[in-house]
Amino acid sequence: MRPAQRYDHAGCATAGILHKGGQLINGEAIIEAIGTMRERGNGLGGGFVGYGIYPEMKDYYALHIMYDREDYRQPVERYLERALLLIRSERIPTRPTPGVGLAPVFWRYFGTIPPNEPRPAGESDDDYMVRVVMRINLEFDGAYVVSSGKNMGVFKGVGYPEDIGRFFRLEEYSAYLWIAHARFPTNSPAWWGGAHPFSLLQWSVVHNGELSSYGINKRYVEQFGYRCTLLTDTEVFVYLLDLFLRRQKLPWEIIPAILAPPFWEQIYRTEPAQRRALLTAVRQVYGAGLANGPFSIIIGHPRGFMGLTDRIKLRPLIAARHGDMAYLASEESAILAICPAPDEIWEPLAGMPVDERLYEEVVL
Amino acid sequence: MKNFLPSDFLVHIGPECILCGRCVRECSFGALEQKEGHIIAHHARCVACQRCVVFCPRSAIAIVPHPSTSRHNAYWTPELRRALLRQAQTGAILLAGAGNDQPYLNIWDHLLLDASQVTNPPIDPLREPMELVTFIGRKPDRLEITADENGEWKLVTELPPQLKLDTPIIFGAMSLGAVNLRVHKILAEAARRAGTLFNCGEGGLHEELYPYGQNTIVQVASGRFGVHQRYLDAAAAIEIKIGQGAKPGIGGHLAGEKVTEEIARTRMIPAGTDALSPAPHHDIYSIEDLAQLIYALKEATNYSKPVGVKIAAVHHVAAIATGAARAGADFLTIDGFRGGTGAAPLVIRNHVGLPLEIALAAVDDRLREEGIRHQVSLIASGGIRSSADVIKAIALGADAVAICTAALIALGCTLCQACYTGRCAWGLTTQDPELIKRLDIEEGVERVQNLLRAWTLEIKEVMGALGINAIESLRGNRERLRSIGLDTHTQEVLGIRPAGM
Repeated sequence: MRPAQRYDHAGCATAGILHKGGQLINGEAIIEAIGTMRERGNGLGGGFVGYGIYPEMKDYYALHIMYDREDYRQPVERYLERALLLIRSERIPTRPTPGVGLAPVFWRYFGTIPPNEPRPAGESDDDYMVRVVMRINLEFDGAYVVSSGKNMGVFKGVGYPEDIGRFFRLEEYSAYLWIAHARFPTNSPAWWGGAHPFSLLQWSVVHNGELSSYGINKRYVEQFGYRCTLLTDTEVFVYLLDLFLRRQKLPWEIIPAILAPPFWEQIYRTEPAQRRALLTAVRQVYGAGLANGPFSIIIGHPRGFMGLTDRIKLRPLIAARHGDMAYLASEESAILAICPAPDEIWEPLAGMPVDERLYEEVVL
Repeated sequence: MKNFLPSDFLVHIGPECILCGRCVRECSFGALEQKEGHIIAHHARCVACQRCVVFCPRSAIAIVPHPSTSRHNAYWTPELRRALLRQAQTGAILLAGAGNDQPYLNIWDHLLLDASQVTNPPIDPLREPMELVTFIGRKPDRLEITADENGEWKLVTELPPQLKLDTPIIFGAMSLGAVNLRVHKILAEAARRAGTLFNCGEGGLHEELYPYGQNTIVQVASGRFGVHQRYLDAAAAIEIKIGQGAKPGIGGHLAGEKVTEEIARTRMIPAGTDALSPAPHHDIYSIEDLAQLIYALKEATNYSKPVGVKIAAVHHVAAIATGAARAGADFLTIDGFRGGTGAAPLVIRNHVGLPLEIALAAVDDRLREEGIRHQVSLIASGGIRSSADVIKAIALGADAVAICTAALIALGCTLCQACYTGRCAWGLTTQDPELIKRLDIEEGVERVQNLLRAWTLEIKEVMGALGINAIESLRGNRERLRSIGLDTHTQEVLGIRPAGM
């Protein structure tokens, strides 16, 4: 059940693994990596996102929905049957797992947008899906959309991540990109919807830190129709990314300059003038999107992941590469646990992104 | 018939007095007189400006509220009865200077700021950068960015003109006439040194201040005083003054006695004539008229500088503000009812308008609801007293604040509220050459600059405690404010939660 009227901050651990050739990796690997950092979490939240897990359904939106209780399901499904052309609806398989308490009910739905649905001119399918997701989160009691992208899905809940992973039977899934999170919520009761990753359409984010700027980040995205309903600051990252990358079509390279921009003193010294003008304008126009306060995040998307820390790096992030594999984690131990001798391993500087992608020729 | 109430104040002259006569020379209100080996106080003329108290070499003078009392009456206060009696005597509208001094709810002091503990570490401003740089001007919805021939990202969007402030505090509008040229010179120089702006008000810009143009907002008000092409060209920005927080809905009246040669030349009117600013602009009777003037000024200056609109905080301020934003204003100055004035009818000053806190929150909310908040910058003015007020205003939604009274206090103003008499003993709101001499320009610049510096340091200190190292993350971040002792409705309007939640 969603706690009333407050949002939450979190400590935490993050980990991500990517096969740049698009080869699928079994869920066991990510469980092992995140499990290494057990003491960064406190058993009050763990979660995973996998990209590439539904290859046979890759053309359909995959909605993972969490219901507080079974009785909340029917009204949402009645709405979904009208709003989407569903081709499959099923309960997400789980197993009773020690360490995981009373769980909500998880369902997934695969579908497309009905062709004759009256829609505003120029609205894309993704825009439509965002409206569907916002409506469910805002208007339906006890129902929360956990993820809504294609060929990907989020699995999360209250517990240690390795237990949550077993609960969701992640060993039965394979993905070319896995991202995981262990949570240490600091000042609100843990709830399943508050676990990471947060996700909208193809974007997902896990976050170690706390947004001191949350109040304005939230009010900024609300201007564009997003509604923050999940009571955790991390949620707003997802909407910022959707706004900048999908709707405003900004290049990926600009994202760090918005979320963790260089200081003005650095910008004044930046050469050439073209770059300086760009960074200046980004701060002038997107100041409300600056993510201020300690953070280390991993952003997942269908072509790879980006690791990023705040502009003074108040949270850890380690990156590594080995062959076709790319790794990100809060601690080196998590990477070494699944890749004992990486080709390279490094600590990214504050505000400097680690941007790892599938090879261009990889077709999913 | 004599007024039936005792004077406001009593001037006590103690036995330490050595009859040097300094107090008599300092008093510009004629309240002290030296006669036959005594200093005689004309208590009724005393405005409690403190000039004699401060300058008495023996600290022999104390000004006290008149101790004589009539039967206590919480409804018919002495203040009300005194006003009534003055009207019975004169049949006239009562005037007042400075800002609304009535005990309305002061919301600033019911707002508490947050600080970081453990989960988000506070930042030490002595060790880490703390950025206050603020840009005033219209921002586009989004940036268009493309790769150039070398694959480097390049900005395609051309941004409208932006004013860079090194600290989010500017000096608000006080006209030449309301204050004198020395005050203008002090504010202009202090603004230049601090990397911020001063606003010349509606009385034109004196020739000697043209070199400060890049630190100057020039006003175009209903009287159009001193408005010409060079004036517009000289400025960093132009502000159309629709209203003023201290006297919403009415114009201005600078008495002929204050219109010296210098002021007359700057205002482009004959010396000694009354300078009347009409209540409305006679070419603005609707929002589309305002849009025309905004674009006329943009055309006149070739779209090279921001054109803003100043409105008083009144009941429908949010709707008016969005209208002005949609009419093309690049910034909006929202002036709350605690804002000062050289002269206003007492009834207007004390009873018309809204608190800045309420107006600011309502305007910021409405602009966001309509998705156009980024199109305008918001400048909050009217009664900003301290760095704490600045921080709270920014957290409520302002881009920057404008201060006037605070700067005058730094220069000696004691809020005696007698500005409209033209007899300011501290040489601020007077055109009397003898009184003006009391204000030393260099010392004044230093004091005002110190004030800005002190507030700026304090803002950085609080931001550090909040764990925020760029002012844009504080702007509109009401999550970091809580209210204490406010009613639910006010909290709702302000968009903040009560302390403890």
